[in-house]
Amino acid sequence: MQPPDAIQPVLTGLHERFPEAGVQVGGHRGEVTVELDRSHLVAVATWLRDHPAARFRLLSDLCGTDYPERPDRIAVDYHLYSLDHNMRLRLKVRVSVEDPHVPTVTAVWPTANWHEREVYDFFGVRFDGHPNLVRILMPEDWEGYPLRKDYPLGGVDVQYQDAHVPPPDTRRYKGGWTST
Amino acid sequence: MSERGELEVSVPPGEALDLPPRPPARRITLNERRAQQVIATGGGDWAEVTARAHAAGDDELMVVNMGPQHPSTHGVLRLVLELRGEEVVSCQPVAGYLHTGIEKSAEYRTWIQGVTFVTRMDYLAPLFNETAYCLAVERLLDVEAPPRAQALRVLLMELNRIASHLVWIATTGMELGALSMMLYGFREREQILDILEEITGLRMNHAWVRPGGVSQDMPEGTDDKIRAFAREMRAKADEYEDLLTHNPIWMERTSGVARLEQERCIELGVTGPMLRAAGLAHDVRRAEPYCGYEQYDFEVPVAEGADAYSRYQVRVAEMRESLRIVEQVLESLPSGPIMHPDPKIGWPARLALGPDGLGNSPEHVRHIMGESMEALIYHFKMVTEGFKVPTGEVYVPVESPRGELGYHVVSDGGNLPYRVHVRDPSFVNLQAVPDMVVGGLVADVIAALASVDPVMGGVDR
Amino acid sequence: MSSGSGLEKLPGGILVTTVEKLANWARKGSLWPATFGLACCAIEMMATGAGRYDLARFGMEVFRASPRQADLMIVAGRVSQKMAPVLRTIYDQMPEPKWVISMGVCATSGGMFNNYAVVQGVDQIVPVDMYVPGCPPRPEMLMDGIIKLHEKIVKGEPRSKLVLQEA
Repeated sequence: MQPPDAIQPVLTGLHERFPEAGVQVGGHRGEVTVELDRSHLVAVATWLRDHPAARFRLLSDLCGTDYPERPDRIAVDYHLYSLDHNMRLRLKVRVSVEDPHVPTVTAVWPTANWHEREVYDFFGVRFDGHPNLVRILMPEDWEGYPLRKDYPLGGVDVQYQDAHVPPPDTRRYKGGWTST
Repeated sequence: MSERGELEVSVPPGEALDLPPRPPARRITLNERRAQQVIATGGGDWAEVTARAHAAGDDELMVVNMGPQHPSTHGVLRLVLELRGEEVVSCQPVAGYLHTGIEKSAEYRTWIQGVTFVTRMDYLAPLFNETAYCLAVERLLDVEAPPRAQALRVLLMELNRIASHLVWIATTGMELGALSMMLYGFREREQILDILEEITGLRMNHAWVRPGGVSQDMPEGTDDKIRAFAREMRAKADEYEDLLTHNPIWMERTSGVARLEQERCIELGVTGPMLRAAGLAHDVRRAEPYCGYEQYDFEVPVAEGADAYSRYQVRVAEMRESLRIVEQVLESLPSGPIMHPDPKIGWPARLALGPDGLGNSPEHVRHIMGESMEALIYHFKMVTEGFKVPTGEVYVPVESPRGELGYHVVSDGGNLPYRVHVRDPSFVNLQAVPDMVVGGLVADVIAALASVDPVMGGVDR
Repeated sequence: MSSGSGLEKLPGGILVTTVEKLANWARKGSLWPATFGLACCAIEMMATGAGRYDLARFGMEVFRASPRQADLMIVAGRVSQKMAPVLRTIYDQMPEPKWVISMGVCATSGGMFNNYAVVQGVDQIVPVDMYVPGCPPRPEMLMDGIIKLHEKIVKGEPRSKLVLQEA
């Protein structure tokens, strides 16, 4: 799968317009990911929403992923969709747990409101400038950030007669169980 | 005008009562200062809550809690409403009462087992969840399901779309007072569930779509049943329109109620029937076709009103379009395998109905036990360990009955998903509720919420 | 006539029974459920109350929105941590006598969601009289559970009580 041709002028324009933003472009299976520094996030987002060649007016999704092997553990992904040009783009911002601050994009796309609350709820990322950054799905007084990799799965230990099956958290082997 | 600003209507003798025109709902944009006053009411003292609200200065203000246990909130949604009389001053939806930790659980089960988790999110349209997840996994694997599997996916997804809209029209009708709609909607839905049960084995939460294809083929005679159902459903859809479309009570309750203009829809990320009711013909099936949708001829229904009535019209029209697609799929259903042939990816079992029930087909058992050691090993590994998916991340959207359902799936090269994030349309559409109801009446909150068609399983995951 | 309901018929068509038995028969004959549909099981519960699998023939089609008017709480669906206090509140608001059916595996034991977010069995919060397994249980299964509960009610068996132990 190849990315659409219409995305190329956007990427070129991005490099020209924001040379200091540390823009890195990657792609996989026909999708384009733009990784950038969090300090330029709002400017880039506004440009992407307003520039006529881009017009990414719809923020489809804003989500987080935890990569504990990296120092900047938490990656916040912004999935953008352009209704006018029918193309998609992913923005990626990485932060560490020690300094988990990302500027909010609710001024650019108001739909980010609940999405950012969810990322805060599950990963602990603080979105600076968010109008109402409180937990959304977990109870308000919950401690801990459940979707981080070091947060246990929880639940009860399942009891089997004459056997002990370890809880699923400890059963995760990267690469599969029976293979090399 | 009386002192409190009420309109007094006096009826001269012998003349019909002309009802005063309905005042247009005043749209107040989302008040960010209000949003900052989070009234966290997790079991606290209600007197404190009201005191805080009154500290804002208004003595007439009532804080009313709707939900989470409520017959009309479409599941466990809680709305904290501030009312001045009947008028809604502010509305804060509180979600999370059905949070199940599905996204985290999916990280501890194999890719194939993930289907069973994911199917229980949007439980009115489980096949969409499954298909989107499997499309994402297939994109990461860089494989495609065989054409028959894709056609069957489309067939069942469209049947599921009709079933979901039937539940919508049933519950909305019931909430707005048309109680018989509940019975009619569920009656038709039972017929669809019969068909789904015949093909997948279950009425709900099927876990039928697997990465690489589907797990069971359509039995003999099912296509005749589907055609008979399609004929009957058209007649029933006409019946529903007869009951509701020009019904003055329905029109009073839904026209002009819960308006959300197109620009505001896009800003809020609202997709699906709500966006189409606002005039924009955006449908992921047209824009980014998947599963062979480009070969089917269907229209994307659009309405101009951007209110609850337009959303009703769009959904009924979508039901009819889905029937068209179903008939086209049945006409052009290709033959062939229903699961990807690669034994390292495709689910190994060839299920068949035997004397003792549904199980692995005797040919398959004979093949793996007697003929091929390799096939036995593949079967064993596939069932216990699953397959490994190359490293990468993808985002795959599909058009669910509620809007754009997107799956952001990240793989680290192992046999367990690294991260599965679901962009659920109900989660995003629910954000639009305060915009729609502020300035209107309390009864319109019900109509607005019903027209959004949220499914809390998807909102809370 | 005399099986199960404890009513005996005298010659001349006069029924003789105890007040207890009559009360139990009346209670099971019009057991009004409180709407506590949470997730997928709620849809199957609604289907059970709809036209095909009719709950009205058992006197149960009125799903009371207010727990104050209900006798039966069918916990249909997974109970999350945030919902648990609400569940207990609704249960406490129901007047005696009340019964609880835990519908589906998620309500019975946490189901397939053995994790931080789901209460592993609603009997940790309220006393349950009937457990109906299934994911989701078919309407016939739910009706079977309801009919067995009716039999329990008619026999006047002591209801499950949640015994709170001092820590």
